[in-house]
Amino acid sequence: MSARILHIARNTFREAVRDRVLYNLIAFALLLSGAAIFVGQISIDIERLVVVNLGLTAVSLFGAVIAIFIGIGLVSKEIEKRTLYTVLSRPVRRWEFIVGKFFGLAGTLVVNTFFMAIGVFGALLYVAHRFSSSDRSILVALYFIILEFLIICALSLLFSSFSSPLLSAIFAFSLFVIGSFADDLRGFAGLTHGMTRWIAISAAYLVPNFSALNVISAVAHQQAVSPQLVLQNTLYALFYTAMALSGAVLIFERRNLK
Amino acid sequence: MRTRRRVTVVASLCLVTSMALSVLLLRRIDQVRPQATLEDVLYVNSPKLVKRLSLGFSGLMACIYWTRTVQYFGHRHYNHEQSYNELAPLLEIATSLDPQLLPAYQFGASFLAPAPPNGAGEPGRAIELMQYGIDHNPDNWQLYYNLGFVYYTELHDYKKAADVFARGSQVPDAHPSMKVMAARMAEHAGDFETARMLWTASYQTSRESNIRKNALEHLRALSVDEQVTQLQAAVTRFGERSGRLPSSMAELAAAEHMNGVPIDPDGNPYVLTREGRIQLAKPDDFPFVTKGLPPGYKPSALPRFHVKG
Repeated sequence: MSARILHIARNTFREAVRDRVLYNLIAFALLLSGAAIFVGQISIDIERLVVVNLGLTAVSLFGAVIAIFIGIGLVSKEIEKRTLYTVLSRPVRRWEFIVGKFFGLAGTLVVNTFFMAIGVFGALLYVAHRFSSSDRSILVALYFIILEFLIICALSLLFSSFSSPLLSAIFAFSLFVIGSFADDLRGFAGLTHGMTRWIAISAAYLVPNFSALNVISAVAHQQAVSPQLVLQNTLYALFYTAMALSGAVLIFERRNLK
Repeated sequence: MRTRRRVTVVASLCLVTSMALSVLLLRRIDQVRPQATLEDVLYVNSPKLVKRLSLGFSGLMACIYWTRTVQYFGHRHYNHEQSYNELAPLLEIATSLDPQLLPAYQFGASFLAPAPPNGAGEPGRAIELMQYGIDHNPDNWQLYYNLGFVYYTELHDYKKAADVFARGSQVPDAHPSMKVMAARMAEHAGDFETARMLWTASYQTSRESNIRKNALEHLRALSVDEQVTQLQAAVTRFGERSGRLPSSMAELAAAEHMNGVPIDPDGNPYVLTREGRIQLAKPDDFPFVTKGLPPGYKPSALPRFHVKG
């Protein structure tokens, strides 16, 4: 990675921290500790399930919201504040700016997820009193969540490169929701015929498949995740991220900034 | 500076007063509002729709629905309600969202099957629930055990109970008692001994304190049922021998060569009525007994559980 990309990434990370993005960790900690303490009193026999399900769902949702809300403003904010012109007047290429922003946001989310993961394991230890070997699969679920964030970051940047923050947010949230229904979309495509079938199949493959990256229920039941799925999901997320990022670079390279 | 301080004080006072007033008002509104049976309302009762709305986070939604089920049942059970209309739909949604949510099957069946006020009185729905659980978790022998239990305790269908226990005994790592229970069902299904064996197995095979407590409570009740049956038989024998009813429990004990006046598991002596009926001194302390209850007895509003899990 070039020094320029690294520099932009570091600045993006610093900016996110300065914007008090990591404050969400406090809400997360309160949510998880509250659940760990109270669920045992209001429900039966699901303390561990709730901690894992709630913890991982919160990591996923908090991260997705951060990725979208910061991602959509990464380009437009720089244009609005006119700092983009200062950056681009230096020997920084437009694609480097986009890639640097992506890595900065991704880094923020990885750090955020790391602290949340500590919270999840802490709450798990509180309710179960010890770790078991099957708890390792929670790490796989967290890894998949990070892969999901990479895709969302790239998509937010893609929308941010040509649209207003409001529209970018709408697009990104819509894709997040549609991506969660990706399996249903494919099922729907299988029921149709002719041209509709091709359109539905194309749409099903074009939207990100977040359901494949969601193994929360399985790991909550201490089921192992196959190494094959880990490999394939990794490759899928990398290719999809590269696709969205390339789109963002292509658009931003041609964008008239005057 | 003084103005700023004044604003801070006034705003703080305003904040605290408004908060207190809003809480007070909300309490008044709750009193005025007709008792909206919010717990009787399932806004979305289609498991498929709830699953879709969960955006893939169906595990968490299942936990939420299971907790809601527990709260719903607990509240109605505590109030000795006779209807549990939303219990089965809530359980269906919870288990559709997460078919591997084992507590929902194990406890759900014991919520659904018993007759009110101990349960919803829907053994048919309990069987459907357990069957769904077995279909999705065929390697879990405890689900077979719970299903056999419903057939045995609620429907008294000993043949089906034996069949389910036999099927469960073939599951890898099944508890050895499953085979014994299958055999006993075929021969001595109605015995106290069989019932005692089932509840003992229930106690021994569960780690959940509520299940263990419930099993112990049933074992106590079984002990009472058996003692009352024996004492009632002794009263009949006394009558046949002497042509009258015993005048007191001491007379009956002496005639039957008992070691003192018979007592219940809590140490209270059984009561002999003028009509020759054997009764418990404190029936409220035994929520699951079927014998030894005063005529027209209704359980107290607050059941008392003595057993410590």
